[in-house]
Amino acid sequence: MRPEELKEIREKAKARLGLRSGDVRVRIVVGMGTSGIAAGAREVLKALLEEVSRRNLTDVAVTQTGERGLAAKEPVVEVHEGDRITVYGEVDEALARRIVVEHVVNGHPIQDRIIEVREVVG
Amino acid sequence: MSRIEVLLCAGTACLSSGAREVKAALLEALAEEGLTGEVRIVETGCMGPCELGPIMLVYPEGIYYIRVKPADVREIVREHFLKGRPVRRLLWAGELPESKEIPFFSRQLKVVLANCGRIDPEDIEEYIAVGGYEALSRVLTEMSPEDVIEEIKRSGLRGRGGAGFPTGLKWELVRMAEGSPKYIICNADEGDPGAFMDRAILEGDPHAVLEGMAIAAYAVGAQHGYIYVRAEYPLAVQRLETAISQARRYGLLGEGILETDFSFDVEIRVGAGAFVCGEETALIASIEGRRGEPRPRPPYPARSGPFGKPTLINNVETFANVRHIVVRGADWFSSIGTEKSKGTKVFALAGQVKNTGLVEVPMGITLRELVYDIGGGAPNGKKIKAVQIGGPSGGCLPESLFHLPVDYEALTEHGAIMGSGGIIVLDESACMVNVAKFFLEFTSEESCGKCTPCRVGTKIMLGILERIARGEGTEEDLVRLEELGHMIRDASLCGLGQTAPNPVLSSLRYFRDEFLAHIRDKRCPAGVCPDLIHYVVVPELCRACDRCRQACPTGAAQGTPGNPPYRIELSACINCGACFDACPFGAIERRPGRKER
Repeated sequence: MRPEELKEIREKAKARLGLRSGDVRVRIVVGMGTSGIAAGAREVLKALLEEVSRRNLTDVAVTQTGERGLAAKEPVVEVHEGDRITVYGEVDEALARRIVVEHVVNGHPIQDRIIEVREVVG
Repeated sequence: MSRIEVLLCAGTACLSSGAREVKAALLEALAEEGLTGEVRIVETGCMGPCELGPIMLVYPEGIYYIRVKPADVREIVREHFLKGRPVRRLLWAGELPESKEIPFFSRQLKVVLANCGRIDPEDIEEYIAVGGYEALSRVLTEMSPEDVIEEIKRSGLRGRGGAGFPTGLKWELVRMAEGSPKYIICNADEGDPGAFMDRAILEGDPHAVLEGMAIAAYAVGAQHGYIYVRAEYPLAVQRLETAISQARRYGLLGEGILETDFSFDVEIRVGAGAFVCGEETALIASIEGRRGEPRPRPPYPARSGPFGKPTLINNVETFANVRHIVVRGADWFSSIGTEKSKGTKVFALAGQVKNTGLVEVPMGITLRELVYDIGGGAPNGKKIKAVQIGGPSGGCLPESLFHLPVDYEALTEHGAIMGSGGIIVLDESACMVNVAKFFLEFTSEESCGKCTPCRVGTKIMLGILERIARGEGTEEDLVRLEELGHMIRDASLCGLGQTAPNPVLSSLRYFRDEFLAHIRDKRCPAGVCPDLIHYVVVPELCRACDRCRQACPTGAAQGTPGNPPYRIELSACINCGACFDACPFGAIERRPGRKER
């Protein structure tokens, strides 16, 4: 192995430490309370994971959270970028994939499906 | 892709508290919930807080579950992994803090231990991902052997095995020594009771040690290395074997490393666990296949090691520091610590302290910070009275000296040593005569027998201590102990004998009162020495439950059920403490002082 190859292995292997390294650019959070799961959050989560992994997005983490209280709009998906949180409601598999491609990768939030955008202060 | 990573501590401590069973339960629960592909389990090396094991660190949140039992796992999977609600009752301190905010971690500085508990030690690519073998690559392509030695010298790194010899200087001596081939030895014969730093590094980050050895080999001009590790560390041996074979496969050990003309390979030598084999000349004898006995120095191993060849011997933790110095620079390293002690030190914290386990702190931190801020103080509200630092070669330092910094010179000056990093915290329930006796029992058993002062002298000292513990000592005995201690120290060949009297001498220096209480008053103030205590029933607390009478092997505990109080007939009592352990009401008290016969 040459020193350059060592660098290549490092870059490739870094992806495996993505969750542990803490330097995540975007976090996609799926509401996985009882109502979320009943409305199909499991499938949404799977679709998100598939899409993120197919595109090898090493700086994106997909995680889950509990009930947010907005049962009527479940499944709810939040996109956390720095201080800004974008909340999508009534997400299905197709929208989940669009969120990854259009919002996370290309930086164009899907305006007509957003229910809230908030800034986290401090 | 996984959305959750579960880092499961698979250090020896967590394995023995049931980490394997937890993993099995986890796999089963994940399969049940259909989460198998979404959750990745990584077995890591020691995370540090061994007291709290089995430990599970869950990412991306970075939260710790502690004392996890297989029965808890399903709840974690269903509530947390599926629904995103962490199981509070299993969290560290019931909170959801970042690990940085847990005082046990926030006061530490993890350099050598940074990968322990973070990466999978059996996967070389994870090591490479966190910058592994970058230092070796840089050394081989950009630095001359002299540059490397200069960098290590400038860093101020000193031997972490205990004696604190400047590492760069040692490397230079081996480089300049005439003879070929030259050898590298990693001393992993960790033998102090209660010390397990080296084991944790070998188990948690074996490649860091291999990389350090390879860099050293390049610097001194060696091609062959030995790791001398004890057979009592089967997991460390197994993970080292895995690491060595992976490194060979990736061309990071063996012929033409990283396609340069530098070749280096490593062989494991498993020792039988004799304490004396941690001494370098005894270790060399053992590697050569001879009986592990020390020989006089000079010649030092730098000139004449195994098979008479120039050899560099460093400790596990020393080697593990090397890659960080190369990558981050000597200036960075020497900015940490005190004037003469640079970098960090790993300690195994044990004894009467809340957070027992493995910690890494910057040199210069005070003993007080180590014991109270990181260790959390005594677990039962008792008063801490001393730390035993440096194991059987070290000494006891009283609470009044807790302002001392962790620094080679400061500790030595006060009768202890840095040692390899074992720290045993002693509270008021510890008897210093008994502690001194414990360590001397250890060294007298481990003495190889070559030098009479060590072989016979430690036995005589032990006999005197036993006499004092029985209440049959005289004040002259204390003078005798000091005389013998100095003689053994001066007349023994190797470090074992030269330091064996330290625990006794330092206890006499700081805790003479306790020795005198045993001798003059025939009482053991801490209530430990069985001949110098007695048991009594506290009448107000006794409920006449009869448990003490049933537990007593000699019929000394007497009374009638339902008719308190019971009493202990001291003439029949053998001070075994069975009644004390059996009483559910705390009605039996252990008091210092010999019972009246």
